[in-house]
Amino acid sequence: MPATAAEDFRRAFKRNLTAHGFLIGAVLCFSFFSWYPMVREFLLAFQKTEAGTTRWVGWDNFRHVFQDPGFWQAWRNTLLFTALALVLGFLLPFLVAVVLNEFRHAQGYLRLLVYLPVMMPPVASVLLFKYFYDPGYGLFNRALGVLHLPAQDWLQSGDTAMLSVVIASTWMNMGSATLIYLAALQGVPGELYEAAELDGAGLLRKIWHVTVPQTKLVLSLMLLMQIIATMQVFTEPFLLTGGAGPEGSTTTVVVLIYQYAFNFNQYGGAAALGLCLLVLLSGFSALYVRLSRDNES
Amino acid sequence: MRSSLLRNTAAALVCALAVTALAGCGTSSSGDGTSAQPSGGSADATTPLDPKAKVTLSIDCMPPAAKAAELKEWKEDVAEFNKRYPNVTIDGRSTPGQCLEPPRFTAMLKAKSQPDVFYAYFTDLQQVLDNDGAEDISAYVTPQSVPALDDIDKNVLGVLKRDGKLYGLPTSNYTMGLLVNRKLFQQAGLNPDTPPRTWEEVRAAAKRIAALGNGTAGYGEYSVENTGGWHYTAAMYGLGGDIVGADGKAAFNNPTGRQIAANLHAMRWEDDSMGKTQLLKWGDLQKQMASDKLGMFLAAPDDITYMVQQLGAKYENFGMGPLPGGAATLAGGNGYMIKKGSSSDKIKAAVAWLDFKTLAVGKGQFRYDRSKADGLPVGLPQPAFFTGASKAKDDELKAASATMPVANFKAFLDNPVPGKAEPQKAQEVYKILDKVMSGILTDKNADAAQLLAEAEKAVNQLLANR
Repeated sequence: MPATAAEDFRRAFKRNLTAHGFLIGAVLCFSFFSWYPMVREFLLAFQKTEAGTTRWVGWDNFRHVFQDPGFWQAWRNTLLFTALALVLGFLLPFLVAVVLNEFRHAQGYLRLLVYLPVMMPPVASVLLFKYFYDPGYGLFNRALGVLHLPAQDWLQSGDTAMLSVVIASTWMNMGSATLIYLAALQGVPGELYEAAELDGAGLLRKIWHVTVPQTKLVLSLMLLMQIIATMQVFTEPFLLTGGAGPEGSTTTVVVLIYQYAFNFNQYGGAAALGLCLLVLLSGFSALYVRLSRDNES
Repeated sequence: MRSSLLRNTAAALVCALAVTALAGCGTSSSGDGTSAQPSGGSADATTPLDPKAKVTLSIDCMPPAAKAAELKEWKEDVAEFNKRYPNVTIDGRSTPGQCLEPPRFTAMLKAKSQPDVFYAYFTDLQQVLDNDGAEDISAYVTPQSVPALDDIDKNVLGVLKRDGKLYGLPTSNYTMGLLVNRKLFQQAGLNPDTPPRTWEEVRAAAKRIAALGNGTAGYGEYSVENTGGWHYTAAMYGLGGDIVGADGKAAFNNPTGRQIAANLHAMRWEDDSMGKTQLLKWGDLQKQMASDKLGMFLAAPDDITYMVQQLGAKYENFGMGPLPGGAATLAGGNGYMIKKGSSSDKIKAAVAWLDFKTLAVGKGQFRYDRSKADGLPVGLPQPAFFTGASKAKDDELKAASATMPVANFKAFLDNPVPGKAEPQKAQEVYKILDKVMSGILTDKNADAAQLLAEAEKAVNQLLANR
């Protein structure tokens, strides 16, 4: 019996040798660039390096991070960004997709137009918005001036800085979401709309009673993905407001992680903060995985 | 069952391979070619470099190709150095833009990927030591290896020491003053030869310059990326205040600190003399001033070089006065350190190169006649770390080749302000003070007292946690 098992193993190994060979490259890449850094981060969160000596410090890094007044502000800012990004970045692409879906002609061109901002390098897009938002010579205030509307402070005020960051972020990222929604909408059987029309439903009722139920799963998945992505926002606040904004109003959790690591040389604090974010996002990720499975089944 | 066994075995195999590969990576990264490798020379720090020992020194901050004149001089210096030390190969590395970007520097230290001889700001010493990144070179730096050693300002050398051990050699130092745009001063009917000496005078001058209109700001300030806190610190020093007191606690939430905040708030909101665009960082004010849109800001003299060489401004357009208040000024600078683990010969070669390139009067960076011939500016008041006979000789050589309108710096030079080092945990403290600055400059209704009180609490918490 053992001899047979060994023989089977040898045969299976031989049979799968090529597959394993191909797999090794990917496994090495993931090991080196994903798993190893994750393990290191976990260890770093409980270590401190001073005078070239690394020692275990238990929960000290977490305590230090929790006592930083910037910690709670960063979480508030991140949650505010997430909430605003959901209102703008979740609803807007869906509405645009619904409108696009109604077009019978030139839909390809319109799809391209909507997707164009995604193809722009993020840094270029952000710098473009930085120019638009400038209170002196910016495009937005000029446009408001032409319309005889009062100029806004945009990034220069603690009240509007985060909203301005969200507007830029939504413009940059909504193309992908729009196309996914559009694909989902195009999977909704036309007969359902016809039946709704026969029942006297208008546009809004058709959306509410046909479109939303038919695309509920995609909407849920996109919502979770959006939450996971927006809670890790970095590029937009970092480039638009130097990662701080008026009185730190745009410092997000990931920006704070960056500051701990690269401005203050406190990798332990950065890792501890990263772990906090990981724990929170794991919950959303688990929900996402579960919904994905439901979708497959 | 069997397929599960197979899967598990295969997975274990792949994991083992991955671990082996990672271990291999670890080995290679720890042996990056710069570790201590006895190269045949003497380990005795006091003996000169063995001419038979072949040494290759990697060194950063070599001028990039865009700085053609500086690069030419670097190459000439290497050639001249090699006449005396043919056994030393200088492997220069250049970076476009700034030599040192703090985030990159921090990551480099963590990865231990710094070159043998690496450029660092004075304030970087703590993080370099935390990462065990630099050699103690005390025994190698003597009047024999660095002839001008006794004439180097002890305060400047002191910032590169910790517990009596020397970890670097200075390349340049600065003290901050008030940089002015002479053209705008003249247009506003102000005398650019006598820049404002107090904050009241700064405010009055800023108001007149801003009145020129066309988007011109009288005075500019930073408020993000820790630069706001940096400038708030300079302003505090100027008025005789401090950021961290002798008791190790925050020392800025007091009448002096509130006076600075109130003055800035008044300039921004009552006088409207600081422009509408705020949340500025290093580089932003220079752009405004180089394009004649800004009258004044706190700066070091080398900001002028940046504006001329990178932004196309003209030297004669700028002047400097002492820091308003004049009680003290923020002092800083940069230098080179030698990577921990370097062999004795490498350290000797590095000290010899640094002495030749950055510390010898009449040589390297102090060959003013060559700088003049190459069209580079001569006559900036800093670096100024020599004292005694070396200073006298350096001043003489500089004056003989001066290409700059040195009279524009007369107010700065004639009224020397004592330099004061940055506070402990400078970058973290600056980050906290950024909020005070951005609050004052972006919120008309900002409560400066509350902002300072919150910052004081945060700084005390930070200092207590260390």
